[in-house]
Amino acid sequence: MAEHCAVIGVGQTQHDAKRIDVSQYGLVREAAERALEDAGMTYADIDAVVVGKAPDMFEGVMMPELMLADSLGAVGKPMLRVHTAGSVGGSTAIVAASLIQAGVHDRVLTVSYEKQSESNAMWALSVKVPFQQGMVAGAGGYFAPLIRAYMKRSGAPEDTGIRVALKDRQNALKNPYAHLKLEGIDFDQIANSPMLWDPIRYLETCPSSDGACAMVLGNAAVAKKAPKKPAWVHATAMRTEPTMFSGRDQVNPQAGQDCARVLYKKAGISDPRKEIDCCEIYVPFSWFEPMWMENLHFAPESEGWKMTYEGATALDGDLPVNMSGGVLSSNPIGASGMLRFAEIANQIRGEAGEHQVDGAKKGLGHAYGGGSQFFSMWIVGDQPL
Amino acid sequence: MRDVAVVSFAQTKNVRRENRRNEVEMLIPVVQEAVEKSGVPKQEIGFYCSGSSDYLAGQSFSFVMAVDCLGAWPPIAESHVEMDGAWALYEAWIKIQCGEADSALIFSFGRSSPGVIRETLVLQLDPYTLAPLGADPVSLAALQARALLESTDHSEREMAEVAARNRSNAKNNPYAQLTGDFDVDELLAEPYFVSPLRKHDCAPISDGATAIVIAADDVARKASKKPAWIRGIDHRIESHQLGLRDLSQSTSTSLAGEKAGAIDIDVAELHAPFSHQELILRDALSLGDDVKINPSGGALAANSVMVAGLTRIGEAANAIWDGTARRALGHATSGPCLQQNLVCVLEGE
Amino acid sequence: MSEAKQPIKSIVTPSRLEYDFTPGIATTRFLRHMEEGRIVGQRCAECTKVYVPARGSCPRCGVATKEEVEVGPNGTVTTFCVVRVPSENIDLTLPYTAAHILLDGADIPFFALIQECDAADVRMGMRVEAVWAAKEEWGPTFENIRYFRPIDEPDVPFDDFKEHL
Repeated sequence: MAEHCAVIGVGQTQHDAKRIDVSQYGLVREAAERALEDAGMTYADIDAVVVGKAPDMFEGVMMPELMLADSLGAVGKPMLRVHTAGSVGGSTAIVAASLIQAGVHDRVLTVSYEKQSESNAMWALSVKVPFQQGMVAGAGGYFAPLIRAYMKRSGAPEDTGIRVALKDRQNALKNPYAHLKLEGIDFDQIANSPMLWDPIRYLETCPSSDGACAMVLGNAAVAKKAPKKPAWVHATAMRTEPTMFSGRDQVNPQAGQDCARVLYKKAGISDPRKEIDCCEIYVPFSWFEPMWMENLHFAPESEGWKMTYEGATALDGDLPVNMSGGVLSSNPIGASGMLRFAEIANQIRGEAGEHQVDGAKKGLGHAYGGGSQFFSMWIVGDQPL
Repeated sequence: MRDVAVVSFAQTKNVRRENRRNEVEMLIPVVQEAVEKSGVPKQEIGFYCSGSSDYLAGQSFSFVMAVDCLGAWPPIAESHVEMDGAWALYEAWIKIQCGEADSALIFSFGRSSPGVIRETLVLQLDPYTLAPLGADPVSLAALQARALLESTDHSEREMAEVAARNRSNAKNNPYAQLTGDFDVDELLAEPYFVSPLRKHDCAPISDGATAIVIAADDVARKASKKPAWIRGIDHRIESHQLGLRDLSQSTSTSLAGEKAGAIDIDVAELHAPFSHQELILRDALSLGDDVKINPSGGALAANSVMVAGLTRIGEAANAIWDGTARRALGHATSGPCLQQNLVCVLEGE
Repeated sequence: MSEAKQPIKSIVTPSRLEYDFTPGIATTRFLRHMEEGRIVGQRCAECTKVYVPARGSCPRCGVATKEEVEVGPNGTVTTFCVVRVPSENIDLTLPYTAAHILLDGADIPFFALIQECDAADVRMGMRVEAVWAAKEEWGPTFENIRYFRPIDEPDVPFDDFKEHL
């Protein structure tokens, strides 16, 4: 019964540590107007706006979508604001798509952003609640023990993470919007970068960026009239599990496995490794690539690292992953998930420029949040399903 | 469109300060009550969506731990809006319209007591030009009330009547916070709080939580003896810049009401945290004197921020269930001076 | 262009909000036990797992928890990381070790520091004990436990704690 939905416009900002050349209004408009232009539209053509962002304290504005209503042309229209931790960019795209799939709207603009430089993000994350356990290890300290657990369980070679980081950083050199572009990056530079949260090295971590991403979504009638090739949404899925419970497998979380399974089923995919041409997945620390390859059923448990090792996830591999350079190269948190969804749509549209995978027909966009308890994913294809 | 109905509604008592329980301890009984009353087995609920605010809670990612109240195992399809729970209900309704779920649990929680709500809401304003002025929500509402009084026939007496009626109605609502019989002349003899608003024109400061289950078609018919069918639901936003709006009107409410089919209404539950806003909303929705407004006492009797809008939809369903209404309207608002509004029209069989 | 015509790129608007947080029933009880030098968790009546610190519910079953169970003070390191970078508000000599510690009797690990042990010697499966602050300093806080340190017991095999990483 659901209507078809397609991505008909994609836009993103230049991502950087501090975009002090623009206000929050300017930042979201930079992405939104690029997406509208790509779709051959203006704000007036849009029926509804869906905004996504991670915690409000990152910018110091409570429910900032209220103040963005004017700049995003939403006055007189429905506007929603999604917040599902790190997965929010993906969930926001899914909510926007569902407005079209439900047949409620024909054209929806969706925007995700983060402008962390306007507040103090580290402060926002470390409000001290007297009766809660304090953070004892900083941001990476939460993830490093899980990576150690993965290394122990899988027996992956210690340089797997370095190889992932090298691939993503080289891919970023082909992406004009990427925040971190390290010309001449090589294996030794990453291997010799400081160990921050052992086993995580500096160059295996993501930056913190200001940036925004936007997409224009349309129903079948709108997509058929779009100036450029649309990317059709074949399936979307979201799954959540509790943050902490006894016996929780945080290395290969059930919520991620279930989310991928239901996603493939809806998209009619039985062999994801074979049928999916490329992926943009949320990898904030390099080691999450092999972990997610297993979680997403591209590799058997404990063998995800082999895909990295064998070059399968490289731009010229059989399942390229994070052609854009990924979260390791640009991380405007609230937008990071939507960037994955938008980059994969651009691959399908043949609009990915220098990091285009030739002939990509079916792709996966993936985002996750917090302590690997929130997942959102979509499959897009070059034809309606 | 699929037929979707509200099949259950549960809420905590609204209190000035819930300082015994944490959010999860508040939510567990409410969520369990909503699930039990719904008649939909918990394992069959297809989607979950919540509404809450980090700034209200004073912590980033405050909604994350709230998931603990659900027993999200095996993993569930779940989402969250940084908005009043009424918009979470809208997202859930959309999911059901897509055919992605046949039922959904919506919940919201909000405690104003940890912080100072008049200061917290200042951060809702444009950070470059408005927030530095420190314009608090009561002062902005007073600007709006002044605009209403000066440009229409509405009077301070009508505002006092609104306050008195809501709190009198609330005497029958065990979950309300501020209830009782008030004499309009005595209210008008009180000093101004922020002119032209007196204390009685303002909502109380509340802590509370609400949960609602909605279900589609046969799932609703099987689960509930009297589903409150959602005949229309729509929401609209206006400019954030108060100077660009006619504050004496709510064009977004009118538009949402029109799209949601807000006609022939017997009972309207309006989310008006200030008495004059009820007058604006009634005008915007063209609700005549024959429409019963806020049998629950509305936001003037209990105003848990991020919750009170969802509660209005629940109370509108109550009006269907107890036979007060054949068609009832639930309304939610967000942002300074009614910037964003949602209208949900419910109907019995 | 004169200085007055330079674009304004940023303005600073300090804001200050104060919050008075409520720990809740279960955490209050946990903190009262901490004040007495005891680590007390709660058992879920449905899945029988012991949570520490308990927040009054079993997140997996979605039910309120009541039964109290004393756990620790010894435990097992299930996984860890070695911190070699300074963080805001953390005043420790680098490098130091932060670990997931499964307290004896508990079914969920606890995030804590390991001290009195070279970072290179910390192992998955290593046995540790809680080191408490001086008794006169105890209050209703996590900080009564300063850190954990190794004890002279054989390591626990990986298979015995692999569900609790």
